[in-house]
Amino acid sequence: MQPGLLKDRQKQVYQKGTTPFDLDCNKGSLAGAVSQRACVFCGSRVVLYPIADALHLVHGPVGCAAYTWDIRGSLSSGPELYRLSFTTDLQEKDVIFGGEKKLYQALVELIERHDPRAAFVYSTCIVGLIGDDLAGVCKKVSREKDIPVIPVQSEGFKGNKRAGYQAACKAMFELVGSADTSDISPVAVNILGDFNLAGETWIIRDYYRRMGVEVVANITGDGRVDDIRRCHGASLNLVQCSGATVELARMMQEKYGIPYKQVSYFGMEDMARALYETADFFQDKDPGIAARTQEIVRRELQAIHPEVQKYRWDLEGRKAAIYVGGAFKAFSLIKCFRHLGMQVEIVGSQTGTKEEYQEMADMCHEGTIIVDDTNPSELARFIKEKDVDILVGGIKERPIAYKLGIGFCDHNHERKLALEGFEGMVNFAREVHSTVMSPVWNFVPRRAGGMTNHKNMED
Amino acid sequence: MLDAATPYVSTTNACKLCTPLGACIAFKGLEGCMPILHGSQGCATYMRRYIISHFREPVDIASSALGEDQAIYGGGPNLMQGIINVMDKYNPDIIGIASTCLTETIGDDVPMILSGFKKEFAHLKIPELIHVSTPSYSGTHMEGFHRAIRQTAIQMAEPDPLPHSKITVLPGFVSPWDVRHLKGVMRDFDIPGIILPDISETLEGTIQEDIEMVPSGGTSMQDLKSLGGSPACIELGNCIKNDLSTAGWLEKNLNVPAHRLGLPIGLRGMDAFMQTLSRISGKDMPREQMLERGRLVDAYVDAHKYLFGKKCLIYGEEDLVTGLVSFLAETGVQPVLAASGGRSGLMQKSIEQACDGMLPQTPSVLSGVDFYQIVEEAEKLEPDFILGNSKAYRIAAGKWDIPLIRVGFPVHDRMGAGRIRHAGYEGAYDLLMRIVNTLLEKRQEDADLGWGYM
Repeated sequence: MQPGLLKDRQKQVYQKGTTPFDLDCNKGSLAGAVSQRACVFCGSRVVLYPIADALHLVHGPVGCAAYTWDIRGSLSSGPELYRLSFTTDLQEKDVIFGGEKKLYQALVELIERHDPRAAFVYSTCIVGLIGDDLAGVCKKVSREKDIPVIPVQSEGFKGNKRAGYQAACKAMFELVGSADTSDISPVAVNILGDFNLAGETWIIRDYYRRMGVEVVANITGDGRVDDIRRCHGASLNLVQCSGATVELARMMQEKYGIPYKQVSYFGMEDMARALYETADFFQDKDPGIAARTQEIVRRELQAIHPEVQKYRWDLEGRKAAIYVGGAFKAFSLIKCFRHLGMQVEIVGSQTGTKEEYQEMADMCHEGTIIVDDTNPSELARFIKEKDVDILVGGIKERPIAYKLGIGFCDHNHERKLALEGFEGMVNFAREVHSTVMSPVWNFVPRRAGGMTNHKNMED
Repeated sequence: MLDAATPYVSTTNACKLCTPLGACIAFKGLEGCMPILHGSQGCATYMRRYIISHFREPVDIASSALGEDQAIYGGGPNLMQGIINVMDKYNPDIIGIASTCLTETIGDDVPMILSGFKKEFAHLKIPELIHVSTPSYSGTHMEGFHRAIRQTAIQMAEPDPLPHSKITVLPGFVSPWDVRHLKGVMRDFDIPGIILPDISETLEGTIQEDIEMVPSGGTSMQDLKSLGGSPACIELGNCIKNDLSTAGWLEKNLNVPAHRLGLPIGLRGMDAFMQTLSRISGKDMPREQMLERGRLVDAYVDAHKYLFGKKCLIYGEEDLVTGLVSFLAETGVQPVLAASGGRSGLMQKSIEQACDGMLPQTPSVLSGVDFYQIVEEAEKLEPDFILGNSKAYRIAAGKWDIPLIRVGFPVHDRMGAGRIRHAGYEGAYDLLMRIVNTLLEKRQEDADLGWGYM
């Protein structure tokens, strides 16, 4: 269907309107394709990392820990232990003789030094190969130090990021249910799948507070071990995004009968819906909640509307491309761009499922390119083909956009700008505006037109 | 020398990166080269992300993307498919293949896989396939860097080369600006050269009509092949062990005379490089460089009072740290602590030599350490400022409230990392000004009474 695509990737690209929807996804990255994806370890690490008062020890060679040192924009309102990078820094002799002794010593030393509320021990590729008994060491240290020491089975090669999410959820589930819940309000939720990038969880928590909803645990942005231990006392789990933590919600539903809803806090539409759905859920327990929620949404929208409109004035008719980790985020972004009068021409994710891509296709207009697990050369090609004005992605995608002379908005877990909630929509609009409308594109050869071409200048 | 090898301590905030990352950066300095990491997908993605945030350039590194099955049955087929796909998409002249902890441990025999590949696809136009063994559990990114350069020479240099006049310079891991500068100095000298690796364009590119999937620039294939015909090889870096030295290999195997110096940082560092160029070429130092040298000494004099006795903490790659200590010693700054995650065993001696006769006391030297140990040691020494990459930001700003002047790699909280100047008289001038002005700024901000003249 797509000339110039690697043969084994052709089914992972779909253009709406050409044929009935059919897209291949959820499979391992193709060797040599320069995928933008990371690994299982990365999936676990990004989910668990923001638990601020836990020790996060990477059992492996130095790189895995070094490249993930304080990499997220997750903020903490208290402890900062999560911002340090701990590793057993395995050496050749450990690979030969095994790293269990080293792991034990590292854990004991670090727990004594930092007095964490719990410790997570991440397994890396090499640990999976040499077969260290992670669980055994963790159990021993847990007994000796009297804190939970939890193995995270996140060997990098055992699948993609999604498998890492599952490993993280499994690890967290060991904490759930181990503390008292008697003082929790009947109108209480857990926030799952939000990582408090640039303080976003605090924005969301504030909305819930104003609604009269107690938040038991943030999982995992600004997270605390003790909160997770009692989070089974909440009545509802709100899972954001493409389900980095949906597995935990499922496990909690099964064991504790707590229902969950998938929500998104990006954009006015999805943000409002998240609050309304929560209000609906608690309607019986708190009849006044619907009115209060309406009032919050009305006020917030009123506050941001003029500024969003101002940006829309400039951005109307411009075109966008989206390439993000999870498909759920892409849905919200499509809607956000709509509010700015912009059309999404390319949309893709690293880890979307068939159902998610179907939904994506339903949301898009004819001709939109939908792509799973893409790579720089494809992205560059699609960007040129569709001649978009902006790419939304992560740091790895940024230079691709810039070299092609288009704007860029960072929507990855490294960003330092709050994009959630109603105020986040304004930040997003401002960010998009500041990059799309910049005069610098006049000088970029691909789009220079009149500015560098003397002939045109005379016209 | 303080060496934290025994008893075992865990690593907190490592002051080093892993070997395959260094190999990828070295491969990026070869013309038409595309690196492939033979391992699981995450390694390539993480390293790309890391390198991109420093250079702000597209940095494509392919992966053989091994999964569980390959970890058990071997990664050969994936590597072969990866090479085919890279050829298809990137059309490179060279593919640089670096192993990872995964493939080293499952025992993939990469040279054998590659020779199988060449046989199976003999009908295709196969690029040069350079292979380097970089198990991430041994050494640091600098070992990976040097090993990749040495392997490139071993595999690419023709065994019976024609002699030519190009002098080979191995600049080490410095910034693209540094490499460009050294090339400019050679031009001023009118000495033709081979720079290996040459990241001056590949990792600090221009913006063009279309994106270049393999960025232009880098050491040319022809230069790589003719390495052995070079009249001399100058290798920069005091902490390169013999078994990692490319100059050493070229001398031993292809009779290219080796000149091994430190990085040309500071006056004496650059003087040594200039003298070597002069000796080899029989030419005098160019007037332009004489002038730059004179201006640098003039600036040393102008700035000396504000720097004398100021205490500095330096960390990073061993070669860079040694060069920086040497430079600081010239200015009157007292380097109190020089630290690195590297463990070549050569840093202590190199630093002692660099400080000899320049300073009342040589700094504490820590090798094989992490930031936890660096901070522990530095706390007692009370530095006035820090010279190093972005990694000590929170210590400098939050804990100690002293300036951190960013040098080396990675610098991912500032713009312009590709143009950080370390090398040459101009680089030293720039470093000197950044340091003295940062200290003046701090002094001015901290002062109760404002002052506008000095």
